[in-house]
Amino acid sequence: MSAHPTNDALLAAQNTAEAMAWDAASRTETITNAVQIFLQAPLTFGGLCLRGHGPARDALIEQISSALPPSLTMRKIPINVDQDRLLGGLDLIATLAAGKRVDAAGILEQAKGGIVIIPMAERMQDDIAAHLAIALDRRDIAVILLDDSVESDEAPPMVLMERIAFHCDCTAMAMPDNIIFTAPAGKVQPSLSDEQRQILTGTAAALGISSLRPLLFAQQAAMAHADIHQRSNVDEDDIAIAATLVLAPRATQLPQIQAEEDHHEPPPDDKQQDNQPEDPQQGDNESKNIEQLPDDMMIDAALAAIPAHMLDHIGHHKQRSGNGPMGRAGQKRKSVQRGRPLSPRPGMPGHGAKLALIDTLRAAAPWQGLRRSASENTVNAAQVHVRKSDLHIKCFEQSSETLTIFAVDASGSSAMSRLAEAKGAVELMLAEAYVKRAQVALIAFRGTESSLLLPPTRSLTRAQRCLGALPGGGGTPLASALIMAHQMALAAQKRGQSPMVAILTDGKANVMLDGTPNRVGAMEESERTAKMLAADNINAIVLDISPRPREEARILATALGARCVPLPRANSGDLVAAIESVGHKDKAA
Amino acid sequence: MGGFPFNAIVGQDEMKLALLVTAIEPRIGGVMIFGDRGTGKSTAARALAATLPPISIVENCRYHCTPDNPGKCPDPCTSKRARKIAVPFADLPLGATEDRVLGTLDLERALAHGERKFEPGLLAKAHRGFLYIDEINLLEDHVVDLLLDVAASGENLVERDGLSVRHDARFVLIGSGNPEEGELRPQLLDRFGLSVEVRTPEKLEDRVEIMRRCDEQERHPAEFAAAWADEDQKTIKRIQRATKAVAKITTPEAILQDTATLCQTVGADGLRGELTLMRAARAYAAYHGKKTVTREHLIAMAPMALRHRLRRDVLDETGSTVRIERALAELFG
Repeated sequence: MSAHPTNDALLAAQNTAEAMAWDAASRTETITNAVQIFLQAPLTFGGLCLRGHGPARDALIEQISSALPPSLTMRKIPINVDQDRLLGGLDLIATLAAGKRVDAAGILEQAKGGIVIIPMAERMQDDIAAHLAIALDRRDIAVILLDDSVESDEAPPMVLMERIAFHCDCTAMAMPDNIIFTAPAGKVQPSLSDEQRQILTGTAAALGISSLRPLLFAQQAAMAHADIHQRSNVDEDDIAIAATLVLAPRATQLPQIQAEEDHHEPPPDDKQQDNQPEDPQQGDNESKNIEQLPDDMMIDAALAAIPAHMLDHIGHHKQRSGNGPMGRAGQKRKSVQRGRPLSPRPGMPGHGAKLALIDTLRAAAPWQGLRRSASENTVNAAQVHVRKSDLHIKCFEQSSETLTIFAVDASGSSAMSRLAEAKGAVELMLAEAYVKRAQVALIAFRGTESSLLLPPTRSLTRAQRCLGALPGGGGTPLASALIMAHQMALAAQKRGQSPMVAILTDGKANVMLDGTPNRVGAMEESERTAKMLAADNINAIVLDISPRPREEARILATALGARCVPLPRANSGDLVAAIESVGHKDKAA
Repeated sequence: MGGFPFNAIVGQDEMKLALLVTAIEPRIGGVMIFGDRGTGKSTAARALAATLPPISIVENCRYHCTPDNPGKCPDPCTSKRARKIAVPFADLPLGATEDRVLGTLDLERALAHGERKFEPGLLAKAHRGFLYIDEINLLEDHVVDLLLDVAASGENLVERDGLSVRHDARFVLIGSGNPEEGELRPQLLDRFGLSVEVRTPEKLEDRVEIMRRCDEQERHPAEFAAAWADEDQKTIKRIQRATKAVAKITTPEAILQDTATLCQTVGADGLRGELTLMRAARAYAAYHGKKTVTREHLIAMAPMALRHRLRRDVLDETGSTVRIERALAELFG
């Protein structure tokens, strides 16, 4: 073991993180490894997430199900399963028909001790995820989540991802070889030494993993891997595999290899050497230099230092902002599940709809005489005769949550103070967020591109941290910001939120989408993208922040089909008032 | 997984203390735990519930009536036999419907026999135990409102679906949530007696120790439980002694004044802060086998009793804990 034992596992994990550089075969091997370890003790490991659909993944699932020992059942549940079905309860139709209680066992009860496989897990409702999470905590079931998400803002619910050991990316996977299921050897499993535990702990810290669950999973995985290979001791290989399978996919930051004065080149793991295009020492030097630079530069430098695929990868683990269909302001939707109660209507319970019993009985009441005389069951004269047509279900009014997307011009042409005001406005809106249940996001555009400073959030704490050091200066890539806002708004609509875009700019675009400075081209582009937003019926407002109201901002507003509010000396309060005057209801009405 | 022994939890002293104090004096009204995922929040809560001595109830009573005061619930509750059960621990999942929380009409009886009977919900299940709500900040408003009301009154009153039912529902409310995923409404926060902020243990040794203990438990659950049973037993004894003693703890006039001054200085809204701080300090004194509350007890309890009640200042980013500590230092040196 080298002087810095952490580095071996760290490097192994880092190499894994550079997933795109992998060839399909080694990726397939990793996934197969994960599956094999998972099958050793499904309930201990909680489950697997297999991302990216394709024939290889289908084949893998096929193999898992054939490799399962008979004691393990695997059952598929659809994404639209409702709570009643999941938890079980009264079987209404059978109860009505039989005139006595008929219970239906819930899926969680039936699947106890086995594996539940869930397709399209990225679309799962939060309430379903919460029940599954409790079942996972009790070790009642293991889950295999099939994640078909394409966009990076979609992911299976965090509560589940946290509770399952293996997150596998099957997008570029080759057809898997036959998985051989090795039953646990039965004898006492090999254990980790404290030194090995330290390696895992250090690796998790370097990858920015703060939760303890991954550590515990990694420990179990190392032991299971040693067991599969019939070793009585956990060796380096097992630790590296555990770090690769469990820790690397959860990285929230790029590892910064120990920056202390140490010129000992960490010996990379033999197995990983082939797949390791970059010199680890180089990363070491970079991280040392970065630390001395001021904040603003540091963010840019850090972003540049992270390989693009790693960023995508990290994006996957961003906290999924609560997409719960809750809220008060915003478009009203009729819902059969929750919200303020409305009057019941005829319909079949199930799929989340609750039986409105009183109204059902009321509908049945006038017919009792007739039905009783027609009934053959004369034993129980007091029995109430209810038919399917009598059933009423409860309705609720549900407000969708609003999302205000601020696109803030941080270019040189806009005064720096604008940023401070925009930040103030975001914070003011968030301070009221607990009343309105509104979400806020912030895009800043400057230089050659726009960046997402604050992903949709309801949290003041998080916003304050993200907005702390908002940089300014450079050109005005307006079209790029509009495109980003557009995508975010569409994603929000898909989640059932009502988005609204507030653009703070003077309208003077001068950087084109490809990053070239060209005033005329940039203006054309931004007008074109603005029209795309308008075509998708996205609510917007332009806040002209130039000292004197300008034609450019007005043109932008016209293209957006939005109002243009000149705010030469806006303070945060005025901004909020202006945005709220437009409101989210304009287009909804 | 079998229960994890309460004392085997590494670190997280403030959280453990808050849970203990609430167990001694349930009137404090619950603990709110802020923190990231995977920091052992639910493990600690579950461990405490599992550690506490079993309670005795009227046999077959779904509302956990005490044998010396039976028949106070909608059930027949006629059995003369008492039965011991583990301290109830109910999980309230995100997205739980009102029906499941409050209870609802018993459909079987209603449809098959035309009877109006009540089918108890999670609140009845949690009576005399713990109600644990993970990610309480993502819970829907109308469910939160219901919970608050019941938690404050100790009674579940159902007036819907043609039912009119009331039953006792006294439980220690434990909420957990990550403030980065959404703020909690101040009204809700204020109802929690204590709040703690847990962080994932940073120290390498602690994290390694956690891995070691979890491995140990995984491997030899029985031996592991036995190894910690003594210490857990001591904790139980201490809680039991303190629970008996807490009513007799005296609070000097000076301490009452200190409490009022402190609450005023930090700007804690409402009277609830002072009351809770007083109760917590008494329970803490009892836990340490003291007969009188001292300033030391007050100082120990102040952060967890007050930090969630401070008015939020958008412009002042100083954490609540820091503000309280500053006030403590100014007032009491």
